[in-house]
Amino acid sequence: MNLQLTEEQELVIAMVRRFVREEILPLELDLDPDAEELSPDDNARLIEKTKAMGLYGLDIPPEFGGPDIDLVTRTLMAVEMAQHRAGLYVPCYGTFGGAGLAQLFEATDEQKEKYLYPTLRGEKGGFFGLSEPSGGSDPARAIQTKAVQDGDDWIINGGKLWISGADKAQYGLVFARTANDKGRDGVTCFIVDTDTPGFSVRRVVHTLRSARYATELSFDDMRVPAANILGELNKGFAIANDRLSKQRIPYAAGCIGVAIKAQEMALEYVPQRETFGAPLSSRQAIQWMLVDNEIDIKQSLWLTLEAAAKAQRGESFRKEAAIAKLVATEAGGRVVDRCMQMFGGLGVAKDLPFERWFREMRIRRIGEGPSEVQRHVIARELLGSSLR
Amino acid sequence: MQDVRGAKAVSIRLTKEWLAQEVAADHLAGTLGVYQIANEQQDVVFIGYAGGKSRFGLKGEVAEAFQRLSEAAFVRWEVNTAYMSRYKELLMIHVHDNGQLPLVKQPLALGQLRPAG
Repeated sequence: MNLQLTEEQELVIAMVRRFVREEILPLELDLDPDAEELSPDDNARLIEKTKAMGLYGLDIPPEFGGPDIDLVTRTLMAVEMAQHRAGLYVPCYGTFGGAGLAQLFEATDEQKEKYLYPTLRGEKGGFFGLSEPSGGSDPARAIQTKAVQDGDDWIINGGKLWISGADKAQYGLVFARTANDKGRDGVTCFIVDTDTPGFSVRRVVHTLRSARYATELSFDDMRVPAANILGELNKGFAIANDRLSKQRIPYAAGCIGVAIKAQEMALEYVPQRETFGAPLSSRQAIQWMLVDNEIDIKQSLWLTLEAAAKAQRGESFRKEAAIAKLVATEAGGRVVDRCMQMFGGLGVAKDLPFERWFREMRIRRIGEGPSEVQRHVIARELLGSSLR
Repeated sequence: MQDVRGAKAVSIRLTKEWLAQEVAADHLAGTLGVYQIANEQQDVVFIGYAGGKSRFGLKGEVAEAFQRLSEAAFVRWEVNTAYMSRYKELLMIHVHDNGQLPLVKQPLALGQLRPAG
């Protein structure tokens, strides 16, 4: 793997870095420390800017109007976009657009007209409905939401948990069991309009993450036309798997971005802060924390870029994406924790972003497949069919 | 409501007892959280939160709201570090129950909740 960035990559990264520092950070000074959105005026103004920069809709393939930027560069951009207080879960407050997990690139033409294109234009939003109260780590077995065919329609009953954005979305991808005894081969993905009778967002699920909350959904005799099946009947799990594998790379990149910003703040602070007549930076205990941070950041970054490079080349990247997700989420937590320690009381105050990063980073070791599941994925890749 | 995981789901409506300002002032502290202000009929007229930028937390926010809102008569609150998601939840529940928002501390993009009960 070539570790030398191209001139074009350097340019794009510098552009995003300037955007974060000149546009996002000044606005963030006036926002609540747990804010997840900009004012409508600032939001519209910054979206215009990212469009003018040619960087709007980063996860959208060029054939659907997204920018033609390779995955390694997009990963480096995601690292930059996360370098502010809200950056872990709301990088640049969403002003770079994108379809997130609710991508519909295997949709029929009719489905594209109704859902994909309005999403890409920013007119509709979607949610990704996979996890259930029965468990999120092993969705193929945990899915209890059932869909039963009734003429040209399917009747869906059940519920979902930990679903972000469902209360604001116009549609969602809902994974339901359509064949009882087939495990992962009995799951189908339905595109569901959120105004369908029987669809309810029952409650907000409050967690460590006060911004960008999750919700609990229920489906009571929700009638969905067969034309709203995404992909093939009983092949929905492959769609879920595809989204989850791809998501692990930007998920890791966000953690790295926050870790880099935390380390940058610590490096600026410790030479200034004096204890017992000498700057903190002269203490070996502090130096070692900074060194350990640097090692954590470099390891995470290179592993994540390796996963991105393999994905970009069209090679299997399942193992590398799992390693990146596992290492970056755990390393990010350690880096933020050490930086809080160096800042002392200020580190835990809402005056600085560390406390928000600390809370949100803890979720990253669980969200999108916990560390233990990533290890399981890696083991399965190493051992192949000998491991059940 | 006991669910399958053995956890008790949080009651989503704020149902604590309404207190008059003088009584509330003895109990409010500089903590993070959410609050509702009601008129004499105990109809909610304002929903707010004490966040990371609130100088004296709930105590300061509520005192300021009583000064500003002529019809303010009662208050109830909840100490909550997840004040932002709880604030949004209270706004969405209010819209669900009443069809519209009361006065609010900060207008935000809201989703739609259809809570049980």
